[in-house]
Amino acid sequence: MRILVGVKRVVDYAVKVRVQNNTVDLSNVKMSLNPFCEIAVEEAVRLKEKKAADEVVAVSVGPKQCTETLRTALAMGCDRAIHIQTDRRTDYVDLQPFAVAHLFQKVVEQEEADLVLLGKQGIDSDCGQTGPMLAGLLGWPQVTFAAKMDLEGDGMMVERETDAGTETIKIPSLPAVVTCDLRLNEPRYATLPNIMKAKKKKVDTIAADDLGVDLEPHNPVLDIFEPPPRKEGITVESVDDLLDKLRNEAKVLK
Amino acid sequence: ASTLVLSDPLTADGAAPPATQSAVTAAAQLGGDAIELLVVGDTPPSQVPVGVAKVYHASTASNAVSETIAATLQSVVENKGSYDYVVGTSSKFGSTVIPRAAALLGVSPVTDIIQVIESDTYVRPMYAGNALAKVQAKDAQKVLSFRPTSFDKAPLEDAGAIESVDATVFDKAQWHSENVSKSDRPDLGSANVVISGGRGMKSGDNFPILEALADKLGGAVGASRAAVDAGFVPNDLQVGQTGKVVAPDLYIAVGISGAIQHLSGMKDSKTIVAINKDPEAPIFQVADYGLVADLFEAVPEMTEKV
Repeated sequence: MRILVGVKRVVDYAVKVRVQNNTVDLSNVKMSLNPFCEIAVEEAVRLKEKKAADEVVAVSVGPKQCTETLRTALAMGCDRAIHIQTDRRTDYVDLQPFAVAHLFQKVVEQEEADLVLLGKQGIDSDCGQTGPMLAGLLGWPQVTFAAKMDLEGDGMMVERETDAGTETIKIPSLPAVVTCDLRLNEPRYATLPNIMKAKKKKVDTIAADDLGVDLEPHNPVLDIFEPPPRKEGITVESVDDLLDKLRNEAKVLK
Repeated sequence: ASTLVLSDPLTADGAAPPATQSAVTAAAQLGGDAIELLVVGDTPPSQVPVGVAKVYHASTASNAVSETIAATLQSVVENKGSYDYVVGTSSKFGSTVIPRAAALLGVSPVTDIIQVIESDTYVRPMYAGNALAKVQAKDAQKVLSFRPTSFDKAPLEDAGAIESVDATVFDKAQWHSENVSKSDRPDLGSANVVISGGRGMKSGDNFPILEALADKLGGAVGASRAAVDAGFVPNDLQVGQTGKVVAPDLYIAVGISGAIQHLSGMKDSKTIVAINKDPEAPIFQVADYGLVADLFEAVPEMTEKV
């Protein structure tokens, strides 16, 4: 079985982004592997370690620096990587999930993947569209928000988060697309020897423009602005004071 | 040129759920000629939002998988009318079905919309709500999902005539079982009052003090990601960028420091109260009323006096 795992390079989760000149300022901002993609990589590597998967291929779409992000995935245990290179911003402004899903579709078909593992959303665009769109384009089953995955025969059982709790979906046989949620696993840290080994692993680069996919956003971003600030709050001294304010000022309690 | 709204799963009473009531309000702002509603599931709806001109019901097993729902939506869109807008919610249900249906229809969707500016121009959050993007949908047919807390709920009325349509069953995925936490409290996503606990709660065993206050206020209980990660409470209580987005009239954050990821899930609440013993906690920057106190004393006192 060959697993393809999506690896997105995003602004680090601890950074509070600045909105400047009608866009999000990305200069000199720390970039990292999207936390949900990290969970996808971990899950893929565990399947490899259990000998359920023969090969794990990390795939990333974005600028040259994506190779650093791919090296992180390789250091975690992926076997090789494919970099779909484009200079477009990948945080929704210049490249949107519809195009990314089509790019992934090409790679999935070329690589004859049996399972695609993706993060449930990128923490930059917050779209969460690529997984279900890719599954739709391929005509494959999909499980989003996966919390637990068990291979079973030719297929798998996947527990997923729902609005009310969780549910378990049976995929009788692969292929399938799964998007990974927080509880699925706790990603490992790459060890120094593995970081060194990762430098020797193969990274193929393909120009996004050569894949025959329309990369132009269908939903152009006309403007980016900051949300209106909340009015300044006050500190109350006691529970009595708080309840008085909630009753008589905010009028949210009777 | 009309609008088709895909309903989220019906409530236990068979009514269109609150998220769909909000989606109908949003759909009305698009200015199409008529709003039609598609329900996919084992029963037709008893009540639908006011403003819905026509109701379709595709009969399936009670827990149809998202692939079946998306394929059925595609088939209704292609066979039933000329829809300018295909609309859903940005609940977990909607986030799973709408992008797949969009791909099947060959449309690039705009999801999690919080404001309609014009019929083709919308606002959606990015970066955990720290940036808002004004986006224009250029595809001829628009596939959209709306954030339920950003739109008022259209009131419900009894469903009139319902037209049956065929479901398109996808059999490469099968629903197997579910694990749903049953609670008498209102649903977290639509409650008027939400009381959330964070790492400061120290243990899941302490959550009953929040539940006592929630019960007195008729509210729901939520949690920060830190509390969920620490195993205090199940994941479906998580409020934040990657959990549920809530916007109640009153949000009480208890023992929550206020990470960006949490704030993005609750900062649109009308009134925010923070109770935390650390006066430097970032949660106080978004709170309307901050109380620097030991939560284990302040919350029971509140419950007693409220």
